[in-house]
Amino acid sequence: MTDGAKQKETPAGLASVEAVTQMLAGTGYIATPEIATAVYLAHHLRKPVLIEGPAGVGKTDLARSVALGLEQPLIRMQCYEGLDESKALYEWKYGKQLLYTQILKDKIGHLVEDADSLDEALHKLTGFQDIFFSRDFLEPRPLLKAMEQSTGSVLLIDEIDKSDEEFEALLLEVLSDYQVTVPEIGTIAAQVPPLVVLTSNATRELGDALKRRCLHLHIDFPDADLEARIVRTRVPEVTERLLERLVDFVQAVRGENIRKLPSISETIDWARTLILLHADSLDPALVRSTLNVILKRQSDIAEVAGKVEALLVGGDKAGR
Amino acid sequence: MERTLTRYIRALRSAGAGVSTTEAMDAARTVDVVGWADRGVLKTALGTVLAKSVEEKAIHDQLFELYFSREAASAAAAEGQTGESGDPDTGRPGDGEAGADPQPGDADGGEGGEGGDPVEALAALAQGKNPGQLAMALERAGAAAGVDEIRFATQSGYFVRKMMETMGVEALEARLMEALSRRTPEGEAEAEGLIGTRSALQKQARAFVEARFEIYGRSAQDAFMNEILAERSFGALGRSDTERMRALVERMAKRLAVRHARRRKVKDRGRLDVRRTLRANAGHDGVPFDIVWKIKRKDRPKIVAVCDVSGSVAQYVRFLLLFLHALKEKVTDLETFAFSAHLADVSRPLETLPFETAMRAIVDEVGSGGTDYGAAFLELDRDFGEVIDRRTTVLVLGDGRSNYSNPRLDVFKQIADQAKRLVWLCPEPATNWGSGDSCLLEYRPFCTLLTQCSTVTDLERALDEILMAYD
Repeated sequence: MTDGAKQKETPAGLASVEAVTQMLAGTGYIATPEIATAVYLAHHLRKPVLIEGPAGVGKTDLARSVALGLEQPLIRMQCYEGLDESKALYEWKYGKQLLYTQILKDKIGHLVEDADSLDEALHKLTGFQDIFFSRDFLEPRPLLKAMEQSTGSVLLIDEIDKSDEEFEALLLEVLSDYQVTVPEIGTIAAQVPPLVVLTSNATRELGDALKRRCLHLHIDFPDADLEARIVRTRVPEVTERLLERLVDFVQAVRGENIRKLPSISETIDWARTLILLHADSLDPALVRSTLNVILKRQSDIAEVAGKVEALLVGGDKAGR
Repeated sequence: MERTLTRYIRALRSAGAGVSTTEAMDAARTVDVVGWADRGVLKTALGTVLAKSVEEKAIHDQLFELYFSREAASAAAAEGQTGESGDPDTGRPGDGEAGADPQPGDADGGEGGEGGDPVEALAALAQGKNPGQLAMALERAGAAAGVDEIRFATQSGYFVRKMMETMGVEALEARLMEALSRRTPEGEAEAEGLIGTRSALQKQARAFVEARFEIYGRSAQDAFMNEILAERSFGALGRSDTERMRALVERMAKRLAVRHARRRKVKDRGRLDVRRTLRANAGHDGVPFDIVWKIKRKDRPKIVAVCDVSGSVAQYVRFLLLFLHALKEKVTDLETFAFSAHLADVSRPLETLPFETAMRAIVDEVGSGGTDYGAAFLELDRDFGEVIDRRTTVLVLGDGRSNYSNPRLDVFKQIADQAKRLVWLCPEPATNWGSGDSCLLEYRPFCTLLTQCSTVTDLERALDEILMAYD
């Protein structure tokens, strides 16, 4: 691969780390320097980014925002147990193949009509191209589709940790060489390598081979400042006063001993909820009645409900 | 600059963050892309390329600061040197006389371009008027002494001395001896000055060696200490070891979890799943293109731990519980019971309270009174019998010293029959089993496995074996 050719294709949004930050900000995604650097390097080193971190911190959203910012299609593949190549790479259109054989039956019969022996008929048939196993009968699945985009694309492989280990191995060819091999046709290489984003919730440890091929990005819960900026972008209606108290409270809740910590998406949901309820500040009763928006486990809700006052005061102090 | 990067990668490797060759190449390309100019960008960029997990990222971030702050200092030093007296490596202008200096033990000539007396040069260095030159001299002496090979903190004295020798401290010491032997006030004054120089240099060299130890040696030493600790009996652990042990246990637990978290199901090739095959091929007019095989799901490991928390075994129980607790998130359903004179379900305090507090509460609750295994098994069977089913491994930790009470073998047998497996871990060596009030030998026939478990390595092996039964 020549660096010169690559450089020419660099979209404006990927020209520098700052450009990436700005491009993402334009789509409403507030990126930390780590995130922007990872996206920048992903393009320039032509490597996939593996994003790990707790649920709801914006892993999937990053891919969506990059696609939006670059004005490229987002091709998404959700992983799950039992996902295999026929669902990820390609599949033959069996139905169409069957239908065509039926329709072309007469035509084929006509072709081999004047052959005397079976051998000769077979010989005649092999003279033609393998029509039934050609591109026309190939159903591209997400990975192949991403290779075929002439404008470039963002390929999101979501929750890779949910897939089986065999599937990881399957991904290796796609991720390191940006090509897909279909035995009947040959190797299909990407015209423009897609920008690949993998996300993982770490329900299982990923294989080393996969990790080595990726850039690694860990997104954690944001600090209060960043979280406030994110909520402000996503929920512009929120008043500064409410925003500050709400973020402080959520930050305080993350310090508690609970099973499922609230993440940014929950904070945003909560902000929206409070707007709908016309709240402009937090009081213990209001917090208690809307606690189920940020906490998803009954035991967690019970745990925090008993401490709402203390957490509100604590958050207050931290905020001043 | 390339050398800077390769040496940094070497430092990362010795700190325990695996860096493969491909990654090293990626790092070089990364540097090409982002450049050396912006340190913040360089740090995050190298972080995404070289570190492949949160732990590695932490190592990287820490080491980057350590390494590149030093690198910046010596680069500045190199510049200062160049500006002053030309290329430091090739010519040493004005150093000609130094070679002919009659001082004994003049190994390396004078450092820097001061010329003349090496001892004077050392004194000039020690005064720290030219920090660039000092850093340069330290760097050179460090390379000659091989400080990068440091592995243990106790080696630092040796390396400091070696560096001092390379810098020519022997000449200084000789003059010091000579000045002292003169026994004149002037001699003593001179000696005082020389001692000052010497200790100032020594301080610098020590700081240099310690910084290198942080980069190259610290983790090697840690690994070595862990290795020793893993083989040491729990009973012999001191207070100071506990923290290190906790970290070690957590890492081992993580390793086990990774090993056993995989493959929760097996494809049972050979048995057709007719219903799902039909459904999958409905689109093909029922022609079975895709064959779906039956899938066998595997049991999730379920462990019921029954721990003796009387004084003699308490220390062992701590680490077993710590280990099990660390595993719990990933692999197992865990119920914990503690007993001494009577038995109590302690799963809840362990889950909700911080570990140390929970342990204290447990020991306070059940830790007193004479140990009675028979009574404990009876209570387990009577009050909590339903937690033991055919998927359960019952894990008993104790020395089997029951103060000559009835061992209730009938109850024990019933528990063993009910469970999938019954594993007994005993802190005592096999030679002591059955001696005195130990009824281990009587319990033995009902155990799937009875083994000595006194070090964290034993513990890991035993738990590995337990989890293996579910694979």
